[in-house]
Amino acid sequence: MTLTLNHYLLVSGLLFAIGFAGVMFRRNIIIIFMCLELMLNAANLSLVAFSRFNLVDGKSNYNAQVLVFFIITVAAAEVAVGLAIIVALYRARQTTHVEDINSLKF
Amino acid sequence: MDARFPWFILIAPLVSAILIQLFTRQSRSVSATISVGSVAFTLLASIFVFMGGEGTSEVPWLDFRPGFYVPIGVTVDALSKLMLLVVTGVGTLVHVYSLVYMHEDESEARFFGNLSLFMFSMLGIVLANNFAMMFIFWELVGVSSYLLIGHWFNRDSAAKAANKAFIANRIGDFGFMIGILMAWTAFGSVIFKDMAEVRDQLSLPSAFSTIMVLMIFCGAVGKSAQFPLHVWLPDAMEGPTPVSALIHAATMVAAGVYMLARVSFIIQLSATGQEVIAWVGILTAVLAALMATQQDDIKRILAYSTLSQLGYMISAIGLAAPGAAMFHLFTHAFFKALLFLGAGAIIHAMHHEQDIWKMGGLSKKMQWTFLTFTAGYLALIGAPGFSGFFSKDVILLAAWQQNKIIFLLGLGTAFLTAFYMTRLFVVTFFGKTRSDAADHAHDGEMTMTGPLVIFAVLSVIAGYGIIAGPALGEHLSHSIEEIEGLGGGWTVRILATCAFAIGTGAGYMLYNGQSKDPILIPLFKNKFYFDELYAALIAGTQELLAVIARYIDQWFIDGLLVRGLSGATWATGFALRFLQFGNLQGYAFLFGLGVVAAIYLLVFR
Repeated sequence: MTLTLNHYLLVSGLLFAIGFAGVMFRRNIIIIFMCLELMLNAANLSLVAFSRFNLVDGKSNYNAQVLVFFIITVAAAEVAVGLAIIVALYRARQTTHVEDINSLKF
Repeated sequence: MDARFPWFILIAPLVSAILIQLFTRQSRSVSATISVGSVAFTLLASIFVFMGGEGTSEVPWLDFRPGFYVPIGVTVDALSKLMLLVVTGVGTLVHVYSLVYMHEDESEARFFGNLSLFMFSMLGIVLANNFAMMFIFWELVGVSSYLLIGHWFNRDSAAKAANKAFIANRIGDFGFMIGILMAWTAFGSVIFKDMAEVRDQLSLPSAFSTIMVLMIFCGAVGKSAQFPLHVWLPDAMEGPTPVSALIHAATMVAAGVYMLARVSFIIQLSATGQEVIAWVGILTAVLAALMATQQDDIKRILAYSTLSQLGYMISAIGLAAPGAAMFHLFTHAFFKALLFLGAGAIIHAMHHEQDIWKMGGLSKKMQWTFLTFTAGYLALIGAPGFSGFFSKDVILLAAWQQNKIIFLLGLGTAFLTAFYMTRLFVVTFFGKTRSDAADHAHDGEMTMTGPLVIFAVLSVIAGYGIIAGPALGEHLSHSIEEIEGLGGGWTVRILATCAFAIGTGAGYMLYNGQSKDPILIPLFKNKFYFDELYAALIAGTQELLAVIARYIDQWFIDGLLVRGLSGATWATGFALRFLQFGNLQGYAFLFGLGVVAAIYLLVFR
């Protein structure tokens, strides 16, 4: 059996679904954050797969892979900011559970 | 004579006004000398022009030919020659008279400056060769009249009277301006000569020409104080008496008549318009005469009499007899100026007392004033042989030939004129003196009585053909002869003399020896309540507008626009607030749904 694009996309979709489910249903904000990263990486995986299977003149098209590096870089920065916010939030509220953080409502 | 010579007549008073305003306001005697000098010069120049031929001289001003062309031009013809003589003649005598009358006034310099400004504007109207230029000077006359009525502006009544005169004039002038624009549209020119030339080739819709004529007439209604804008003239008597004599009796108020005579070729385009003019004139004459019968202020009686006589002139214009109108204007200028100056001499002698019931017995105290006043009085009431008799006669004759009702009203006015003037005359000059001031009254100086004597002579002789003939010129004299040629002359003359005799007799019987008014008619005394009516009308209109504006403001602007907009924004915000339920994962879920929906719509649809 040879691996085709669809296999990669299936894995990517599964990862994305797992990540989304985590974001939806988990209560701990750090877990939610990690699930977000999972979704991001699902997207990265599909980008790399598309890149690998999109041959131009018998060679791969590396544009998408370059894009993936950008995403990883930006995600790293985003993690730094996000974790800092979570730490600040914890210091203010002594909790990391989303159902306790609901003061922005009518 | 060079056709450019009349420019000097126009420029001399302007130079005088500028000099006085800019340089010599500190010095009363220098200002008075400049002003009197300039007006004497215009009189001499006018006599010189009168002797010479006719002609026009113009410089282009607004030149957009062939579309629109307005020159500044002076024109000399029979009509303007007559007016020049009247304006500069009366003007000179009034200036000389003012030397004494205004001598004690602190702002004599300002007075003479404004008087010069008035002479400049009035001569501009007289000499103008086109409608646009005439309108400019027309407004300038309004301004100088305003300044002179309000000469004693620290008196509240004078300031108000000046405003009233100016506003009433503005109402008329607005119509006048529309009339000029309509005439320009119709004739394609504003120059009188060109308009007269193309008149017969025009075929205007009759409604258009009627409205045009009535709009032009509006200007005369304002300036000549005809009903319904007559209310300003009696109040204008708040100004110094020389001003009343010059501006509000002899010249400015006659400008309306002069203008209508100047454009009589346009007036004759509309029979309806002429009829309206004739009726407005005669109604003013009757109403003003009725009001005059119950006034106590000597200047106000004369003011109403002026209104009444102006009504005659306007009516004559409406009866297509501009010659008769100008004839009456000519004689009226002299005897009315004389009466005002005589009244001024009395007021001066009585230390500014104007109530005729406080006078009495002045015939013995002020003989020169009495004699000259008598001449003016007889001329105004149309005593046979005096100038007013002849000129009024022509107007009545024209009315007799064309419209018997107007004639009867005119005859009634003649009767009333004789009546109220006899009342004034008898109460002022005969009987016993009725106040301290009257006991000590005496004639004024030579500079004051001099003009009175000259005016008295003119009032007696101005009606005779030997004076009036050359003054009116061939064309106007001819039109008067035409009216007389149509017959009925003796009937009218006898009826007019009867009206004069009955009126004088009734006045004498009723008022001789009285020390207070034996009859009291509130309707006439209160001037038919015109002032109150206008006040109520204007107040009512304003009230109505204010109520409407308030409702619009309250319900439309405030309610719908301001409160409506803010309310709608608030309500939308209130509804959207319920979407904020505070659950982070709920938001994420909705966001996910939104993404799915967007992808579905973009990709699969």
